[in-house]
Amino acid sequence: MLEVTNLDVRYGAIHAIRGVSLSVPEGMVVTLIGANGAGKTTILRTLSGLLRATGGGVRFLGDEITGLPSHQIVKRGLVHIPEGRIVFANMSVLENLELGAYLRRDREVKSDLERVFVLFPRLKERIHQSAGTLSGGEQQMLAIGRGLMSRPRFLLMDEPSLGLAPLLVQGIFEIVREIHRQGTTILLVEQNAHMALQVADFAYVLESGHIVMSGPAAEIAQDPRVRDAYLGGA
Amino acid sequence: MSELAPERFLPLPTRLLRFGLGLAVIVLLQQFVLPGINPYFARILILAEINVILAVSLNLINGFAGQFSLGHAGFMAIGGYVSAAFAVSAGPAVLAVLGASPEAPGPAPSFIVLCLGLILGALVAAITGLLIGIPTLRLKGDYLAIATLGFGEIIRVVIQNTEAVGGARGFINIPTYAGFFAVTLFMVLTLAVHWNLVHSRHGRALLAVREDEIAAEAMGVPTTRYKVLAFSIGAAFAGVGGSLFAHYNGGLHPNTFTFLKSIEVVIMVVLGGMGSITGSILAALLLTAMPELLRPIKEYRMVIYSLLLIVLMITRPQGIFGLGEFDPARLLWWRRARGAR
Repeated sequence: MLEVTNLDVRYGAIHAIRGVSLSVPEGMVVTLIGANGAGKTTILRTLSGLLRATGGGVRFLGDEITGLPSHQIVKRGLVHIPEGRIVFANMSVLENLELGAYLRRDREVKSDLERVFVLFPRLKERIHQSAGTLSGGEQQMLAIGRGLMSRPRFLLMDEPSLGLAPLLVQGIFEIVREIHRQGTTILLVEQNAHMALQVADFAYVLESGHIVMSGPAAEIAQDPRVRDAYLGGA
Repeated sequence: MSELAPERFLPLPTRLLRFGLGLAVIVLLQQFVLPGINPYFARILILAEINVILAVSLNLINGFAGQFSLGHAGFMAIGGYVSAAFAVSAGPAVLAVLGASPEAPGPAPSFIVLCLGLILGALVAAITGLLIGIPTLRLKGDYLAIATLGFGEIIRVVIQNTEAVGGARGFINIPTYAGFFAVTLFMVLTLAVHWNLVHSRHGRALLAVREDEIAAEAMGVPTTRYKVLAFSIGAAFAGVGGSLFAHYNGGLHPNTFTFLKSIEVVIMVVLGGMGSITGSILAALLLTAMPELLRPIKEYRMVIYSLLLIVLMITRPQGIFGLGEFDPARLLWWRRARGAR
C-alpha cells in the first residue's frame, strides 16, 4: 500500500535520513522503532508532505506522491497524527474534530463523529471544552480522533504514547488495535518499543538515519540486539 | 462540515432587508444627526471609523491568521494614493460620462467616482499584499514583522519619490468625495466581510493555522495559501481605509504613512484582543478619541495616554476581549448574576 524507496532527507548539512526503504502492505500494522534522533519523526513528516525529500520516492496505492503538498496527500487518505499531541488549544473539542474533516465534503461526517465518540467517550463528555484545558491523555485522544475524522485509509502515528502515564499507554495501544481492526493500515512510530512490537505485525529498526534491521514484530522482539538496545536488556 | 457547524449565514431576503435598513439608518444619521453635531466631533468620528477599518483588517492578519505584520500603513498608502490619482486623472472623464460637472458633481456621481477609485486602490493594495506575502510569509514572528515593516517603508519611500503624486510635498487637491455616509457604509461592509469570513469554514482553517501550523497542515489545510489569502485581504481593506482617508482629508502626505501609523494600528489590534473583531472596533474608537479627550491636560496628554496603554496591557495582556467577541447577552447575564448575589 505504501512503498518507500531509498528515501533521503537532509536538513541543510545534516543528513537525517540515508536511503531508507520500507513497505507497508494493506491491512497491517507496521512499526518503526529506534532511539531519540534516529529520524523516525523525519520519515513520517516526509511521508505526509510536511517535509521535502532530497532523494528517493514514496508511492501510495501505486501513485507517486513524493513532493506533493500535504493537503493532496491527506485527500488520498494518508493521514499523519503528529507527535506531542498537538491540538488546537483555543478551540473546542468539537471544533478540533471538525477541522479533522476539513477536506471532506461528504455527508457522513456526522456519523464519523459518532464513531470517534464511541472510541473516546471522554471526548463526548468534553465536547464544548477548549482543547487546551484537557489532560495529556485526553489531548492525545483528541489528536487521534481528529486524525480519524479525515477518514484515513492509512494512518501515520507518531509516538502516541509519548509522555502518558503507564495506564493510559495501555489504553492508547488498545485504541491503535481497535482502529486497525476497523480496517485502517497503520505505520506506528514509537520509542516504547516493547508495546509497539506487541501491536505490530512487522517492524523496522532505525538507527541514525538508516534501517538496520527488519522482520516480523515477534522475531524482532526476540532479537538479542533489539532486546539489549530497546527493551531494557530483559 | 457544513452540517455540523451550521454556518451563520442568513437567507438572502433577510440579508437584503438588513442591508437596506442599515443603509436607511446611515442616511438618516447623515441627514438629521450629523448637521447637529459640531464639525470637530464629526471629524474625530469619521477618522475613528477609518481606524476601525484599518484595525479590523489588520486583525485578520495579526489576530486570526497569527502572522504579525507591521506594514499596514504601506497598504493604506497604496489605497489612498491610487484612488486619489484615479479621482484626479480619470475622475473628470467619468463624471462627464455620467453627465455631471467636475466642479459640482453632486452626491451620486461623486460617490461613483469614489467607489471606482476605492475598488482600484483596494485591488492594487491586494496585489501588492500578494507579492509581498508570498516571499515574506515563510518567515515567522519577529522576522516576518521586520520584513513587513521594511516593505511598508519601501512603499512610503517610493511614493515620496514619485513626482506624479506630489512626492515629498504631498498630494493636494484630492476631491473630498468621502463623507460620513461613505465612510460609515464602507466600515459596515468591511465589518460584514470580516465577520462572515472569520465565521466560515475558511475562518476555521485560518484559526487552525494560527493555533498550530504543523497540525493544520497535517489535517490537510493548505496553510501557505491561507496565510497569503489573509494577508492580501487585510491589505485590500487597508487600501479601502486609505482611499476613504484620501477622499475625506482632501490631501495625502507620505509622512502620514510611516511605520508609526502601522504601530498605531497594531496597538489597536493588540489592545482590543488579537482575534476579536468587536475588540478591534472598540479599541479603534477608544484610541482615536482618547488623545482628543485628554486634550485639557495639555502637555501631559501623551504621557497619560501611554500610561493608560501600559496599565491596560498589564491588567489585560490578552486584550480587552481576548479571543472572544463582545456579546451583549452575556453582559446582561453577567449583570443579572451579579445582582442576584
